[in-house]
Amino acid sequence: MNGAHDLGGMQCYGSIRIEKDEPIFHDEWEKRVFAATMVSFGALGSIDAFRHAIERMGAEKYLSTTYYEHWLAALEMRIEETKLHSKAKSDVPLTPEDVDAIVPTGGNYFREGVDSEIRFATGDRVRAKNINPAGHTRLPRYIRGREGEIVTNRGNFVFPDTVAHDLGESAQPLYSVRFESAELWGSEEGRDAVYIDLWDSYLEKAE
Amino acid sequence: MSSNHKHSEPANPYLEKRRNGEETSELEKRVSDIEALLISKGIVSKESLDRMIEIYEKDLGPMNGARVVAKAWTDDEYKSRLLQDGTSAIAELGFSGLQGEHMVVIENTQEVHNVVVCTLCSCYPWPVLGLPPSWYKDAPYRSRIVLEPREVLEEFGTFLPEHQEIRVWDSSAEIRYMVLPRQPEQSKGASEDKLVGLVTRDSMIGVGLPKPS
Repeated sequence: MNGAHDLGGMQCYGSIRIEKDEPIFHDEWEKRVFAATMVSFGALGSIDAFRHAIERMGAEKYLSTTYYEHWLAALEMRIEETKLHSKAKSDVPLTPEDVDAIVPTGGNYFREGVDSEIRFATGDRVRAKNINPAGHTRLPRYIRGREGEIVTNRGNFVFPDTVAHDLGESAQPLYSVRFESAELWGSEEGRDAVYIDLWDSYLEKAE
Repeated sequence: MSSNHKHSEPANPYLEKRRNGEETSELEKRVSDIEALLISKGIVSKESLDRMIEIYEKDLGPMNGARVVAKAWTDDEYKSRLLQDGTSAIAELGFSGLQGEHMVVIENTQEVHNVVVCTLCSCYPWPVLGLPPSWYKDAPYRSRIVLEPREVLEEFGTFLPEHQEIRVWDSSAEIRYMVLPRQPEQSKGASEDKLVGLVTRDSMIGVGLPKPS
């Protein structure tokens, strides 16, 4: 969705504020939101569903609240929406040992052995589609409609636009694509570039 | 852009917001309710929540990434494995997992300087850098680094030669990026342990450079 979270290229947010000797968490409740979110992922659905909950929290709220307030809002939304997948009370609760095992293992978003068409090769010219889906997408506005060059095929990865809505993984090639600054922002900016990972569904062959 | 206007300090609630006690206790109440629900549903124990916090406060942080970089600076074979398959090479040193499942390491050279962002949210390589600083998650960095990287780096005190190309890596997928900074000339020949101390968090995000010595 074209939400307030899609920040790339905006100019109204001022200078970078660097906090000297910044603590990892600023408040006790921030730690607890972090931990509660991390342990609930199994019951709350995919990480992209969680990201999409943040995107749906409302532009005004998104821009006027702090980072872990975003997490808290999304966590509340997902609990409400999934009812924690009616997880039965008899299930064994996560232990500290489980946490010790989960953190260094993580998830896996790469899908080996999925049969998919590889439409592009390194060096191919591509254009990011001009799409404006109302749901979750990882194709930022500043890239849409722009022409770039395929750098690498990273293999088949699960597709956030469907996973976030429980519509299946739709694993497909994920490409690292280079966009020249001049293409993104105008002719002045000749020298630099943005590299971004884009799924096959976001791309078409450049004319 | 390449104009020389100064960014005025904005009156921006996103940046200026400081909570009063009442707001904080409301947030605490909301979190307590969620914790109580998770515990009553049998999803988690209080001890596991505490352990999760402890790991991210104590075990994970830029000291991990610094070890990866120092090893790459002193061991060419390791460096080539690191650039070839970041996830495996980083796991050799014992770092892996959540938000670092698919690691790509990008090397700074004389010609190219790399810098990492997530314009859509806050994706960041947790196993090697820990949790991100606030500026990485806030609107100014996420909005501007793709548009005017040189100006943004200057705000971090990082001035790059005009001829050096800046590549901004927008973490739009589950690939997580870490920058392999250039080794400072003065530090050539130093021990790996000594080199670890030169590698800053910011140099692995790409907004800074390593300490010279």
